[in-house]
Amino acid sequence: MKMKLELLTIGVIVLFIAAFAIVSSTQNHEWSGADSQAEDVISDLTGGSYVPWFQSIYQPPSGEIESLLFALQAAIGSLIIGYFLGYYRALAKAKADKSVPVPEGKSDA
Amino acid sequence: MHIMEGFLPHPWWEIWFALSLPVVAYGVYKMNKMIKESRETLPLLAVAGAFVFVLSSLKLPSVTGSCSHPTGTGMGSIIFGPWITSVLAMIVLVYQAIFLAHGGLTTLGANTFSMGIAGPIVGYLVYKAASRSGLHLYLAVFLAATLADWATYLVTSLQLALAFPAAVGGVLSSFEAFAAVFAITQIPLAIVEGMVTALMFKYIVQLRSDVLVRMNVVSQITIKKLKEAVA
Repeated sequence: MKMKLELLTIGVIVLFIAAFAIVSSTQNHEWSGADSQAEDVISDLTGGSYVPWFQSIYQPPSGEIESLLFALQAAIGSLIIGYFLGYYRALAKAKADKSVPVPEGKSDA
Repeated sequence: MHIMEGFLPHPWWEIWFALSLPVVAYGVYKMNKMIKESRETLPLLAVAGAFVFVLSSLKLPSVTGSCSHPTGTGMGSIIFGPWITSVLAMIVLVYQAIFLAHGGLTTLGANTFSMGIAGPIVGYLVYKAASRSGLHLYLAVFLAATLADWATYLVTSLQLALAFPAAVGGVLSSFEAFAAVFAITQIPLAIVEGMVTALMFKYIVQLRSDVLVRMNVVSQITIKKLKEAVA
């Protein structure tokens, strides 16, 4: 089957979404980031005595701006991937077309 | 896996910088050399870097009720090896540290080590072992990317455990506490990342298998078999 890997990938993603749907409808979670949960573990382990010794040089002023910057990151990445895969595809096609014998007599034009 | 800004005390943040910077420096050297010798690798390098960019921006919900993100480094480590991948990862981590307050400049060394070095080394070794043992190419890619992702989070847990050993039980028991946050959350994400990486790899094989063969990533025989299977 030609699209086997595509179908498998879609299957895994569907399962992933289903797991999220089940967990979020049956349990109560904050869906916070694991990175910030690690901060809680640190404060548990140190009894809350640890104070970060350096602050981020820039904080996105709101959740909206943060998601804007994340979306921008994803968009730039997708653009590059799409551009080069498209470029390769066209290149392969052009090569395949060229391998068809070109009519003679054009070289002395 | 981002250790937040200022959350690694002295001497740990310096130690991880000391371990990461030489690797990244050698990665930059290798990258320059590779591009100079064969410019045809440049688009693939851009794709591998962009792949890290996209995947590490996606914060996905997991079965544990918290969100985490894939790393995207498996692809780079399979095609270019861990040295060059460490550079790609560091670029992304710098972007996130400066603009998103995600991770940090003081923890950049530690985060580069987990996401850019430890994960990619695991991915690279798994890929080499799996493809040598004759596993199907895309299965080898899946395993490599999945385990690279997961190893990254285990290393983050270890880094935090070393810096914050528990009063009772020491490093081991705080490793358990951090791994409880990171490792289980990451399993479904790592599997999805493995699948997406394998799919992406399939497209690269279809379009530029010649470059992969020349870089010794995939053998000519494997490519021939794959193409016959499709035809």
